[in-house]
Amino acid sequence: MAWRRLLLVASILGICQTAWSQSPTFGVGRAPTAEEIRAWDIAISPTGKELPPGQGTAKEGAALYVRKACAACHGVKGSSGGHAPTLIKGSEVPNTVPCLSPCVNDSNVMAIHSPYATVIWDYINRGMPLGKEGSLTPNEVYSLTAFLLFKNDVIKEDEVMDAQSLPKVKMPNRDGAALPPEWKHGEPRLQGYP
Amino acid sequence: MNSKKPNRRGFLKGGAALAGVAAGGAGLASGQTAGTPAKKLDELIAYGDRSRFVTSKRIPVAERHSPDEFGLTFHVLTPLQDSHGIITPSSLHYTATHRGAFVPDIDPKEHRLMIHGMVDRPLIFTMDELKRLPSVSRIHFIECLGNRARPTHKNVQETHGLTSCAEWTGVPLSLLLKEAGVQSAASWIVAEGAEEVKGNSSIPLAKAMDDCMVCYAQNGEPIRPQQGFPLRLMAPGFEGIYQIKYLRRIKVVDRFYMTYDDYGHINPDPKASALTHQIGPKSVITFPSGGHQLSGPGIYQISGLAWSGAGAIRSVEVSTDGGQSWKKAELQSPAYRMAHARFGLGWKWDGKECVLMSRCTDELGTVQPTRAEVAKFWNEPVDKVRVRGADNTVQPWRISSDGSVHNGMA
Ligand code: HEC
Repeated sequence: MAWRRLLLVASILGICQTAWSQSPTFGVGRAPTAEEIRAWDIAISPTGKELPPGQGTAKEGAALYVRKACAACHGVKGSSGGHAPTLIKGSEVPNTVPCLSPCVNDSNVMAIHSPYATVIWDYINRGMPLGKEGSLTPNEVYSLTAFLLFKNDVIKEDEVMDAQSLPKVKMPNRDGAALPPEWKHGEPRLQGYP
Repeated sequence: MNSKKPNRRGFLKGGAALAGVAAGGAGLASGQTAGTPAKKLDELIAYGDRSRFVTSKRIPVAERHSPDEFGLTFHVLTPLQDSHGIITPSSLHYTATHRGAFVPDIDPKEHRLMIHGMVDRPLIFTMDELKRLPSVSRIHFIECLGNRARPTHKNVQETHGLTSCAEWTGVPLSLLLKEAGVQSAASWIVAEGAEEVKGNSSIPLAKAMDDCMVCYAQNGEPIRPQQGFPLRLMAPGFEGIYQIKYLRRIKVVDRFYMTYDDYGHINPDPKASALTHQIGPKSVITFPSGGHQLSGPGIYQISGLAWSGAGAIRSVEVSTDGGQSWKKAELQSPAYRMAHARFGLGWKWDGKECVLMSRCTDELGTVQPTRAEVAKFWNEPVDKVRVRGADNTVQPWRISSDGSVHNGMA
């Protein structure tokens, strides 16, 4: 019964989009404070609008790459031959461990393959260094991102990365990601596909 | 967040568990004396175990061991060759992580879900608060994009073991989003987990409002840690990467966010990109399948699973002559939307070499393609074709005249 009611609600909502912002029905849960939202909101859009203040350069990043143990897992030159992905092109050591696609240790180095530089910042900030995630300051993340971009010939060594410059970096694969078509309930994925 | 490394355990090397059980059966007909169970009786009374004679196990994919050198779990396969019905036991549900992840040890009392972004009323929920809201229970499969049969795979665990099906219980995401009041300019959500790399994916708002669920239970008990305890987003019929484990945050946004997990799936070709997100109709014969041994000519029950990301399975056909002719199989379970359905067909084997296949049709009338059909679409040679999106092509099993069963792709 409940799921029928739900389907009904969903279909009504599907027709009338503005209905989504009606007043609450259950009143369960509380409003987060602005500070809580700031602390949790680590998703960085390609526009960079969530990027925090701060800045860094490749030179500072080079030192941090060693000091923050990035080199220990990813290799001093940017490739370890293990399961930590290759970060710097042309540095691949022989790949001892085959892996599934999307594959590590191939030429899909993030600083080249990613359509936006913001993804690199976002991922270093949320996930690295593995085991001590979330320990880097914004300046350190800007520096490490600048270092990886410089080592992969995307920016110059003295270019300063900050909330304004990072989203503007012209990535070599900027046009490499086609969005899937708009998803609609009850439609096949691709007309004419067997 | 403290990350706990998974226990090191011996994993089953081969996939011949079922064959062993079947072969041993004949001598043990009746009159056995009960043995002593390995665990203490009071432990078994508190939380039951399967028989020590049942040894079906998950195995890590051959390409990358789990746990790896960092203690990360990568892709671990469900033993579909031993499966019955449509529900995968929680202990045998496949587990996969984008690039390897620890299994976090989350205290549900501390866990929170935040909904914010383009909403009128940002909200934070505790687990207890979520459980005060109306819930739904639905049976859904989850399948990983990496579920790709290769000629080197020996059995159905290796070819298809990155799909599983369970009953999921939770709150409809549409209800939570309505509570928060989604603004009219919003078009996507970004859903994020609480594990060490805080995996996150962009999901179309239309899907979020349609049938996504924020789940706290799987098969009647709290979700297992490897499956996202205490909270997991279910986006039925979408690739596994969208079923965000350890769900801690949903941000309502007005564009595709190109998260790290999104980035791992990018494709420059709009046609290939259209085949991501939703999984096409797919089926596979689980008995007889690679590694099984038929004892001789005679009657067998062909059994298998069919599913589709677009809705319910309408019909399944089976071929016992390599695709020259097809017979309608019987649906032996309910055919729920975006769920495994069990099919079966009685078959008399004449003792000659033959190739078994299955193909299904979903509620949209879409028919599961062969590799040859996919190759033709992309204008690529059939032995080299790269199936875009989730690989839902027909799986052949070759029965040799000695009754042994092999991967028909080899
Ligand atoms: C303990 C080992 C370890 C350390 C230390 C470490 N990484 Fe990683 N890194 C990994 C692994 C493993 C992955 C793959 C993702 C995963 O499995 O979680 C990864 C992924 C990445 C990626 C994504 C690359 C891609 O192509 O997907 C980037 C960028 C990265 N690390 C940068 C860094 C930086 C910068 C540091 C230092 C601050 C660092 N890592 C420290 C192990 C490590």
